[in-house]
Amino acid sequence: MTTIMLRGRKVVGGKAEGEAMVTRDRISGWGGIDARTGTIIETRHELCGQSFKGKVLVFPGAKGSSGWSSQFHLARLTGSAPAAMLFNEMTTKIALGAVVTRAPAVTGFDRDPLEVIETGDWVRVDGDQGIVEVTKKA
Amino acid sequence: MLEGREGPAIARAMDLLVRYGEALGAERLVDTNNVCGTIGATTPLLRDFAAKRGGFDAVFSEFNLDSDEVVPTPKVRAYSCHLQLGIDPLHAEQLGTAPEVVTLLRRGEDFVSKMGVQLMNTCTPYLVGNIPVKGEHCAWMESSAIIYINSVLGARTNAEGRESAGASMITGKTPYWGYHLDDYRYGTHLVEIDTPLEDIADWGLLGYWIGDIVQDRIPVLTGVTRAPNLGKLKHFGAAASSSGGVEMYHIVGVTPEARTVEEAFGPRKPVERLHFGAAERRAAYATINAMAHDTKVDYVMLGCPHYSIEQIWEACRLLEGRKVHAESNLWIFTPRAIRHLADQNGYTRIIEEAGGFLMSDTCSAMSRATPKGTRVAAVDSVKQAHYLPSILGIQAWFGTTAECIDAAVTGRWSGGLR
Repeated sequence: MTTIMLRGRKVVGGKAEGEAMVTRDRISGWGGIDARTGTIIETRHELCGQSFKGKVLVFPGAKGSSGWSSQFHLARLTGSAPAAMLFNEMTTKIALGAVVTRAPAVTGFDRDPLEVIETGDWVRVDGDQGIVEVTKKA
Repeated sequence: MLEGREGPAIARAMDLLVRYGEALGAERLVDTNNVCGTIGATTPLLRDFAAKRGGFDAVFSEFNLDSDEVVPTPKVRAYSCHLQLGIDPLHAEQLGTAPEVVTLLRRGEDFVSKMGVQLMNTCTPYLVGNIPVKGEHCAWMESSAIIYINSVLGARTNAEGRESAGASMITGKTPYWGYHLDDYRYGTHLVEIDTPLEDIADWGLLGYWIGDIVQDRIPVLTGVTRAPNLGKLKHFGAAASSSGGVEMYHIVGVTPEARTVEEAFGPRKPVERLHFGAAERRAAYATINAMAHDTKVDYVMLGCPHYSIEQIWEACRLLEGRKVHAESNLWIFTPRAIRHLADQNGYTRIIEEAGGFLMSDTCSAMSRATPKGTRVAAVDSVKQAHYLPSILGIQAWFGTTAECIDAAVTGRWSGGLR
């Protein structure tokens, strides 16, 4: 079993772990997800129809409407939020969205998480230390 | 403020702004006296929340301050305007809004206006009197409005969310990061345009194509030979901010921070040179219309972003003396204040005599409402064509305003790229 460590910068503190859900497509909040189920609904998105509920979401960053944070906020209240968020591109949408989702979030990595992490890998996130431990799936 | 000496709501707001600012990596906050955001609870999920959790203070605490504890909502400190909502109380019947929801909206409006927030109820506050000046620090939500005031007016705002805008309204502060700083506002991509941009639809195609490529970076457009007007720039920005996340652009010779290419890029070198010609225009058109195939049009929606009075005038010139087809529908959306002007000018009567409706405060994407049985819509907005299939699971044709009015009158889509 291979384990890989990534180091980045805290966006939101706390610890969480879960199965990775990785996409190279940016994610829209309002009009891009269904907050009741955590499902991606943007028709052109590669993960359209899949839910990030309880997953460690690994993605480039946020796009679309400024309703981004409120949709992820609603996802937290409906219990459909991701367990943690790892991303590359810092924007106000994702910063505020991560803060109100209150799931551990890390950015500014020493290696590109989109290169290292694959869907199905097991990922432990320590938001405060900015440390991510990836266990590759067998 | 953070310690609670100015009341629990201010303390919660500062706590959120500090957490948000630290997440961004901002060094400090900056004063703002111009905030646009959303407080109301008219969408279905928020209506449920307000009903179950004890009203508008609970909604404001949770969704505008990210506070688990319900705190009393104070009056705003910054000049604050309310954005679009989930319903139009004057067209509740057409939108399928239950009477108790209208009652909730009226109570919400009372709450919001007592806070001192302007009930503009539109995605286009810049159409109805909130026109920031160059360099003004703002904290706005609504992607199509953010890109407009940054790019066309030279104001300075990041894309705020519901929570941060609420916190900024009552504190008059926002993180000093991103588009508030000079260095962040320079161009990244050079876009050379060598196909004519004739109408509002063309500007939407250009915006959609650019947003898809540059995502959230800053395009600098050259080769624009005729200065676009407000309607064209409004559509361009709305399109670029929905296909990508563009929050600022420059048009050399047109927008205020781009008198020259050198000024637009400042110390940066373009990371990429793009070319928009006839082939790119065709490709954008094909992408936007990819989800539409049935030519029977049940519903024509105009007014995304909300129509200006000039656009209502143009739609009326195309519509006057004609009738909306028995199996089709026409809804046009505009800010509340502009609807009053349209009433006064006789445009509302022209639209209603044709069998259409002039609505305000919302749109189909916000309200999730369309005429009963709608399977296929036609729109003159790239943004709406982008969102409606995802949100409502219907087909959407995109074309010019004239093609959309024709579709409403004939019940058929016969548009196509010229």
